[in-house]
Formats: sequence, structure tokens, C-alpha cells
Amino acid sequence: MEKETCTFSYCAEPEIIEVETDILLIGGGMAACGAAFEACRWATPKGIKVTMVDKAATDRSGAVAMGLSAINTYLGENTPDDYVRYVRGDLMGIIREDLVYDLGRHVDDSVHLFEEWGLPIWKTLEDGKKVDGAEGKRVAKPLKEGGKPVRSGRWQIMINGESYKVIVAEAAKKALEYNRQATGVEQNHFERVFIVKLIPDKNNPNRVAGAVGFSVREHKAYLFKAKCMLVAGGGCVNVFRPRSVGEGMGRTWFAVWNAGSTYAMPAQLGAKMVQMENRFVPARFKDGYGPVGAWFLFFKAKATNALGEDYCAKWHEQLKKEYGKYAEILGTALRNDAMMRDMKAGLGPIWMRTDLAFEEAKKHMDAKELKHLEAEAWEDFLDMTIAQAGLWAANNIRPEEKPSELMPSEPYLLGSHAGCAGLWCSGPEDICKKHGLDEYFWGYNRMTTVDGLFTAGDGCGASGHKFSSGSHAEGRIAGKEMVRYVLEHMDYKPEIEKPAKEYVAEIFLPFEIYEKYKNYTTDPNVNPHYIRPRLLQMRLMKIMDEYVGGAGYWYMTSKTMLEEGLRQLELLKEDSVRMAAADHHELMRCWENYHRIITGEAHARSILFREETRYPGYYYRGDFPQIDDENWKCFTVCRINPETGQWEFEKVPYKQIIPD
Amino acid sequence: MPSYVINEKCDGCKGQERTACMYICPNDLMKLDRDRMKAYNQEPEQCWECYNCVKICPQQAIEVRGYQDFCPMGANVIPLRGTDSIMWTIKFRDGSLKRFKFPIRTTPEGSIDPYAGKPEPDYNRIKEPGFFTHQGEGVTMPTP
Ligand SMILES: Cc1cc2nc3c(=O)[nH]c(=O)nc-3n(C[C@H](O)[C@H](O)[C@H](O)COP(=O)(O)OP(=O)(O)OC[C@H]3O[C@@H](n4cnc5c(N)ncnc54)[C@H](O)[C@@H]3O)c2cc1C
Ligand code: SF4
Ligand code: SF4
Repeated sequence: MEKETCTFSYCAEPEIIEVETDILLIGGGMAACGAAFEACRWATPKGIKVTMVDKAATDRSGAVAMGLSAINTYLGENTPDDYVRYVRGDLMGIIREDLVYDLGRHVDDSVHLFEEWGLPIWKTLEDGKKVDGAEGKRVAKPLKEGGKPVRSGRWQIMINGESYKVIVAEAAKKALEYNRQATGVEQNHFERVFIVKLIPDKNNPNRVAGAVGFSVREHKAYLFKAKCMLVAGGGCVNVFRPRSVGEGMGRTWFAVWNAGSTYAMPAQLGAKMVQMENRFVPARFKDGYGPVGAWFLFFKAKATNALGEDYCAKWHEQLKKEYGKYAEILGTALRNDAMMRDMKAGLGPIWMRTDLAFEEAKKHMDAKELKHLEAEAWEDFLDMTIAQAGLWAANNIRPEEKPSELMPSEPYLLGSHAGCAGLWCSGPEDICKKHGLDEYFWGYNRMTTVDGLFTAGDGCGASGHKFSSGSHAEGRIAGKEMVRYVLEHMDYKPEIEKPAKEYVAEIFLPFEIYEKYKNYTTDPNVNPHYIRPRLLQMRLMKIMDEYVGGAGYWYMTSKTMLEEGLRQLELLKEDSVRMAAADHHELMRCWENYHRIITGEAHARSILFREETRYPGYYYRGDFPQIDDENWKCFTVCRINPETGQWEFEKVPYKQIIPD
Repeated sequence: MPSYVINEKCDGCKGQERTACMYICPNDLMKLDRDRMKAYNQEPEQCWECYNCVKICPQQAIEVRGYQDFCPMGANVIPLRGTDSIMWTIKFRDGSLKRFKFPIRTTPEGSIDPYAGKPEPDYNRIKEPGFFTHQGEGVTMPTP
């Protein structure tokens, strides 16, 4: 196909706004808000400028937009050692223990701040009574002073979290404003600006110097130049075909708007990624994706097959035979595996026995307590997956009367929840030096292998189970290190090779193409000259589902299937130079889907490289169905070589620092 | 469940530069039709049903109806968000109702002063683990 270029002959040239700053935060989610809070404190007295750019409104952007009903990482009385053991167990033995330990020792401080800022945290009183909301604040001590949270699990605490993100954003925005006033800049918080691409430094291709994007509200392009940057755009959703493909396509479990920008943009610059074969396949309430954690941990409900059998108990011995020590305690992946064994045997639907949980509760609760329990069950949905409440109401389901169906979802790529895909980052100096972890340390904590480029939250790989609080804390760790980076590189002035207009022309190409060809056919939706982002995404999802082990194929793939999938992905990538956009909204969709393609490719290639089935229940290599510790108990690290455009893979040794 | 806008209730946020629903939607779905001065969801199949547009609309013009590829008709979930709590009304398909009220915040909106009473950063210790809060309060980080 003939290559198209954008010369602004058909679409109008946007105004280009250049912003110079010291620290650029890309994203406005939990990690970026944490980074803003910590970085602005350290940066401001030194006159260092901090700027945040978010594709949405920070008050409600990212995965916490709807709210949450629990903070999943709060150590409290637990030790960071135990936290490492838990994360390692759930992620099948391969994690960066330096990063996970570091997170564990820092995370509680963020939770204490949330409480101070106004997030209601449920408390247990001396007599065992539970209190929440304003009452909890009035009658119980804050966590920091020894107040006891209501634990729904060893690491989880219950909150009234409808406004969680609003609260965290308010603190971040105030921190940015403090920095703005002191440094005298006009604006340092940009909303509705989507970053498309990172730009290397003119003199050092392995150093980040710029980020280019556009406003979805005005015909404006943005070029940010910074000494260092944080990329924290969340995980990657809808890269696989979801179970519902009509209107329900948006009702994904993880936030549908997180499109893999966090992985794709650094990858294009040559940053190394790790465990990109990992994915998360949550078992959730079917179709609505309502959370199950509180049902298992807090309401003590059981999940069974259609015959009422506990499928985990039933398959436990068999799983131990097949997966050895990894099946001693059934982690999230293997519980999916057990569920699917019964589903494939025709023993579905799988039920969450909410009815039995209530029956059990009736034995030791009075009417008032039961009513409260029922409200708590609904709040669990209303605070973070409102669709599930609607779905129950539409099916006349009352959880105290009727069980609800569970289902393993389509795969998601993420690094902060129960998954560990992400960028390969430097660890903390004290731990790495003490334990001789030379392969894990190159200067700044949470810096990627690209100089000056940091990440956190879903972006930082091989260290899952951070969740909301951990993502905030990790953002703070990175934020502080970025200030140190700037202090140690005061003389550095970021410079980029080409004039801004050339980068801008590249990202506005889908506009030019649309305007050029739209009148060729009578319906601009069907046109041989271009592909609109919706169908680009459909094609990606279909390839990923069918060849890379999607839900439609019971998560099964193999070398031969992956190779064919990669061939088709290659063609899709070629076609992406013919993306077309009719307006700014669609232009964002084009580039989001481009980011999804790069992320999907990293995923497929990493599965191909790792010749074993490390995460049974998440995906299977039909040609290598076992866990193979001898050859594969290591990190799989990949990158796109920016000079050749070729993918490169290496194994990096896993080093244990916390004993079993 | 995609959001929808009730014609009679939407006033286009009185023709302001940006409407409340456009401002808030994390997925950039709400759009104002300037000819009619009415908002609509431009891509229902990308709607996460996060309800942020519903909660913010000053006219209570936005509601949500179940995704029709799996959700039976007739139910509705309606929030009313105040400054310290939120009220939910859940209408079942069979017409029965449930109401809940949950706390959302223990401090007044806009009252956060992020660094008030917090320690100053100590630049001599910037290389050590621990946030400025830990360091200022004399908390040292364990090393395994
Ligand atoms: C359904 C669900 C349930 C969860 N349950 C819990 C729970 O119970 N407890 C818990 O602690 N955690 C929970 N989590 C996890 C938690 O939300 C995440 O771990 C956390 O939000 C990750 O933080 P992040 O900053 O990496 O990403 P996010 O918070 O998702 O933020 C991403 C940000 O990047 C912006 N962005 C993306 N791309 C670009 C771009 N190209 N340019 C500019 N900006 C961009 C987005 O607008 C957003 O601001 C849940 C998440 C979901 C979705
Ligand atoms: S916020 Fe409500 S009133 Fe304003 S434009 Fe949107 S739907 Fe209409
Ligand atoms: S419900 Fe959420 S995703 Fe859907 S239109 Fe409203 S704000 Fe956007």
C-alpha cells in the first residue's frame, strides 16, 4: 500500500503548544496522583517544575473513576516479608522481591493520608462492633494512631469508597497548584490531553526528552519537554475480544479506557518490558463483572458447580499432581483452572452461593444486623461496579434468596492488580546493593531502562498486588526519585531532533486521511482507503482471541497458533498507517487502539518466548502444558530495538531474597 | 449499561463552553449537540456505566439502561450524590424498590490542605528509602 503522509493539505493544521517543564507526569490515576503529591513537596522549594497531563478529568479518571469498596493493600500488623510471600505465591513464584518489599514498607503511609483527607474507612471497635463513615471517624481512632480497620482479608480493608478518586485527585491538584504558584508557570495540569508518543533526546536515543499529544476538546497539539517523565496510564483493556461484543463491550471488568499507553509508548522508545506474557483473568459475576472478593473473604460465601460441589476442593489433589508446590495453596490462577475443569465437563453454571452465605449469617445475626449485611453487599457493587447492581435488579436477583453466576473473564494486561505485566524497572538501592541484585539496579528506583523515564502502578512489572493504595505509594516512590534525578541533572536541557510540526503531522495523519478520502464513497463508514478505529479494534480483538488464547478458546494457544496470530498482527500494524478519524474523539480512539496493538504484540511474543505454562488458569501453551521451573523460573524481558525495529528477548535470573 | 439523556430534562448546561457531563466522563463519551443544545452518549458500546455523568448532571437528566446484549429490561439504578453521602434507589424488574444511603466523605469538599502540618523534606536523605512524611516523623524503613 502506498504510504500516506500528513501535510495538512486536507485537514487544518492545529495550533502547537510547547510546554517546558522539569518533571512530566503522564496520567492522572492513582500512581500519577501519588507522584504529584510526593514530587511537589520535594520539588517546589528547589524551584523544580512538575506538570501533569491526563486524557480525562483527574477527579474521575483511571481505574478508580467509579470508586472502590476496599483498599486491597494495607499491611498494618503484617510485615513486608509476609507481603512478599503472599505476592510471590499468587504470581506463581516469579516476582521482583526488591520492588515488592519496597512497596510493602511504604504503602501504609498513603492509606493514612487517604483517611486524613476524608476517605471513610470502616473500623472495628473494642467490642467487635463495626462502624463506618463519619461515625467511624468520630468513635474510632485513625489507622495511624492504632485504629483497627475492618479486614475483609489479610491485606484488604473495607472503605466507603464512592469518592475515593475525587479525594485523591483533590490532594494531587492542590499539590500541583502549590508547585505552580511557587514556580510561576501559567498552567501545570492539563486535562483532556492525550499523549500519543514519547520522543527521544536528540543526542541520546536512549533518553526521553519529549511527549507529544493533542487536546480532544480543541484543535490543539501539545509538545511537552521535560528532564524526566512518569508514564502511568494504567493497564490494557479490550485488547482481547470481550465476552459481550454488542453494547456490553464497554462493560469490561478493568477500566475500559485504559488502553495500554503505559506499555506501548515506552516500548516504542526501546524500554525493556517484563512478564508481558502474564495476564489477569478475573473470575467475576457473569456479565456485570461485579467484584467477588468481599463475597469470598467478608461474607464467607462459597462458589460451587451446578451440583453444589466446591470445585477447588474437588480438584485440589489433581492440581497438586500436575503443578506440584504451586498448587499447595490455590492462588487466583489455579482457582480459575479448577473452575474451568468443571465448566468443560458440563458442570456449569458456576454459582456464588450468596443464598447460603446469608443462611449461615442468619444463625448468629439479628434482623437489624442482617439488614446491615444486605446493605453492605449492595454497597460492594454500588461503590465500584454499579452495572452489577443493575443486572441483579433486572434479573430480580436478591442475593439472600438466589445465587449468582460466576465466569472467568477475557484477559487483561496490568501490573498493579493480580497480574504482573509491565516495564522492567530499577529497584531500590539499599535492597539491591545489600543482596547483590546487580541485574535489577541501574540508578533510580522505578526508572525504566530508558534514561529519565519512570513508571509506577500498572506500569511497573513483575510486582503485582499493589492495587490502589500501592499504586499511589509507588507513584510517590517514583515522584521522589524523579526530583532526585532533576537535582542531579540540573544542566540537562531536553532537545528533540525534528521540529515540533513533524511530530504533530504524524499524529494528525488519521485526520488527513479521512478528509482526503471521505467523499470517495457514499457512506464514509465503508471505504477502501482507510480503516476506522472501531474496526481496527475489532480486528485486533479477534486475532488476540483466536490465536493468543482468549476466552473464546479457553485461553489455549501454542507456537503454531501464535505464529499465525503474529503474522496477522503484522498486517494489522501495516494497516494502522491508514487509520482514519473524523473528529478529535476518534483521533484518540485511533491512537488508543494503536497502543493496544503494540501491547497485544508484546503479549503474544512473550507467550511464544516462554515455552511453558507458567500461569495455568490464565493461559495455556498446549505444546508446553507444564510449569517448567528448571528452564523458566526466570524473568522474560523483551524490548523493541529502536534501531532495527526488531523484538529482542532475554532471560534474567529470578533472585529470591525473602526465604519461603 | 450505557447512559442516556432525557430530552425534556437536559438544558445543555445552559450553553456553557463545556457541559458537566462532557467534563467528567472518563472515556470522553458525552457530547453536546449544539443545534439542539442537548447532550448524548456518542459511543454507547464504550460506556463503562461508571455513573459519573449521572451523578454530576445538575438537571438529573442522565440515567442508565442495561446493555441490551445481556440485560433484561425494566430495572433502574438511580443515585443522588450529596456532599457527604450518596442515596441509591434500585428499581427491580418486578417493580419492587430498594433504597440505600452510604457515606462518601468525612471532610468538606475542597478542604484538603495536603502539606499542612507535614514535615519539610530533608534533602540530605533524599537517597534513602521513605517518603518525606516518614523521614520527618523519624520512621526508618526496614531493609530485608
Ligand atoms: C473494577 C476494578 C476493581 C478494583 N478493585 C480494587 C480494590 O477493591 N481495591 C484496590 O485497592 N484496588 C482495586 N483496583 C485496582 C486499582 O484501581 C488500580 O490498581 C490502580 O488504579 C492503578 O493505578 P494506575 O495509576 O496505574 O492507573 P489508573 O488509576 O487507571 O490511572 C490511569 C490514568 O492514566 C490516564 N491516561 C491513560 N492513557 C493516557 C494517555 N495516553 N495520555 C494521558 N493520560 C492517559 C487515565 O486518564 C488515568 O488518569 C480495582 C480496579 C478496577 C478497575
Ligand atoms: S450535564 Fe446534564 S444538563 Fe448538562 S449537558 Fe449533560 S445531560 Fe444536559
Ligand atoms: S456512565 Fe461513565 S462511561 Fe458512561 S457516559 Fe457516563 S461517565 Fe461516561
